[in-house]
Amino acid sequence: MSLAARIAMERPDFTVDITLDAADGEVVGLLGPNGSGKSTTLRCLAGLESPRSGNIIISGTVVEDSSGGIDLAPAQRSVGYVFQDYLLFPHLTVLDNVAFGPRARGVAKRDAEAAAQTWLERFEIADLADRKPGQLSGGQAQRVALARALVTDPDLLLLDEPLAALDAGTRASVRSVLRRHLSGVRGAVVLVTHDPLDAMVLADRVVVLEQGQVVQVGTPADVARRPASTYVAQLVGVNLLRGEAQDGLVSVGDAVVAVGDRRIAGPVIVAIRPEAISVHHQRPEGSARNTWPGRITSLEARGDLVRVEVDSVPPLAAIVTPGAVAELALHEGAEVWLSVKAVDLDVYPA
Amino acid sequence: MTSSPARARRVTPIPIGILAAIAVALLGIPLIGLVLRTPWSRLPDILTSPVATEALRLSLLCSVAATAIAIVLGIPLAWVLARAKVPGVPVVRALVTLPLVLPPVVGGVALLIAFGRRGLVGQYLYDWFGVQLPFSTAGVIIAEAFVAMPFLVITVEGALRSADPRFEEAAATLGASRWHILRRVTLPLIAPAIVAGAVLAWARALGEFGATITFAGNLPGVTQTMPLAVYAALDTDREVAFALSMILLAVSLAVLIALRDRYLRRGAS
Repeated sequence: MSLAARIAMERPDFTVDITLDAADGEVVGLLGPNGSGKSTTLRCLAGLESPRSGNIIISGTVVEDSSGGIDLAPAQRSVGYVFQDYLLFPHLTVLDNVAFGPRARGVAKRDAEAAAQTWLERFEIADLADRKPGQLSGGQAQRVALARALVTDPDLLLLDEPLAALDAGTRASVRSVLRRHLSGVRGAVVLVTHDPLDAMVLADRVVVLEQGQVVQVGTPADVARRPASTYVAQLVGVNLLRGEAQDGLVSVGDAVVAVGDRRIAGPVIVAIRPEAISVHHQRPEGSARNTWPGRITSLEARGDLVRVEVDSVPPLAAIVTPGAVAELALHEGAEVWLSVKAVDLDVYPA
Repeated sequence: MTSSPARARRVTPIPIGILAAIAVALLGIPLIGLVLRTPWSRLPDILTSPVATEALRLSLLCSVAATAIAIVLGIPLAWVLARAKVPGVPVVRALVTLPLVLPPVVGGVALLIAFGRRGLVGQYLYDWFGVQLPFSTAGVIIAEAFVAMPFLVITVEGALRSADPRFEEAAATLGASRWHILRRVTLPLIAPAIVAGAVLAWARALGEFGATITFAGNLPGVTQTMPLAVYAALDTDREVAFALSMILLAVSLAVLIALRDRYLRRGAS
């Protein structure tokens, strides 16, 4: 394991206590809302902050061990750090920015510049070598920051919200380029993001943080399909219900939901993809086991589709086509029925 | 700060206009008078006279030396004021900025008490090393550094405070030692402020009069800098005083132009 870490730390309103590991070449996405302890974790890994207690091992080197009194400075850790707003040195050219790491470690100027040049070529930004950071676009600056962090060949690469500084128009293309570049990194990669899409696209494994605690670990597909936290569910648009399962029925507050799985029992999470929910004028008859009446509280365009929120018990969101909206004359305040087949539900232990 | 795209119609109330005009006259007429009364035809002769060349040489030497002292000692002091987490920093800041508002003659008296031949420190300098600062060129440099250094310190401290400390963190994650960070990141980032502070300090040192004449006296060739020569010349040859004043005015103007981006840009904050 290239990275093995446990970090505990007090924040003003909660305690961070997480365990994290990553293999060489693996990209771990630390996903969570703002203020969930993600950045603190990253800063502890880099040595920019010291945890109250914990231990961090990077490629077999103990860089942090609170019980043994070890707390290596950032410069002594084999870590590359890409900051949220990149923090390229404004007084240095792109080439000098990338050569900064080797120079700081005592590499001769000529060799440092040659190494920097190699990375600029690898990231297809060699033509920017003489520019100052102020003359770069967001995507270019990100590549320079990545090259600067990787030129010293770190065992651990950290990225703090690597796409947050970009405008929506360029995010998608930069994201896919970043994915390509991250897949070629030798060491372990930990990236922090509050955007599930970034985590889904960039990470091999997602660690969901809430209030300083790990609430879920899994592959991106897993986390998206079966979110264990309201935060992720809301962001991926999934309806998330918590309840008690028994004999194929889950009691969710005052409502009862029929699920396909009769074996599951105890506290569970029911995830309902909004695409699986049908909207009707009248109480539907048919194979759908679950039907709920309610009033439409909002209609919202989502790309080519429309998200319909209904104040049923429990409140649910469905996704329908604009054609269906017109055909059913859906509008805010309209009385409708929702239905979903038991087999279209995802049920898993909470 | 941005100006609104449409120019608002503004009418200046008459009383304000009159008072503003008086202010302009108060500030401007003396300068215009100086330019008008400068003996331009005699200027080359005056400026090559022994008194003027000595004063010019001393002024340049002392102001540059004082600025060098201000840079070498002032940057570390600014760093401590901006960064050090030790109690008493506000008191130290108040102390070192006091010379900004202190009447220079008081500064001169204070310097005499400290570094005079029987002064707090001066007696030991004299007894142990035979060093005597008052009425020496070194004394002029000390006096000028005393009044000039605060300009550099507050300028650099402000820059250090507003500089983003995360650039230093970025450098640390790249493997840079603290010394490397200081040389390659911190100081380059605040270089414009260091230059501006040094120019301000130099201008202040060049014009220094009160502390110098009190602490170092007015000895031609030893402690008589330009401002002191102007003062002395007023009693002997007024045209010499005007000519030397004109030189100082030109230097001040040059400093203002050099720093225009920093202080004269309209509405800049």
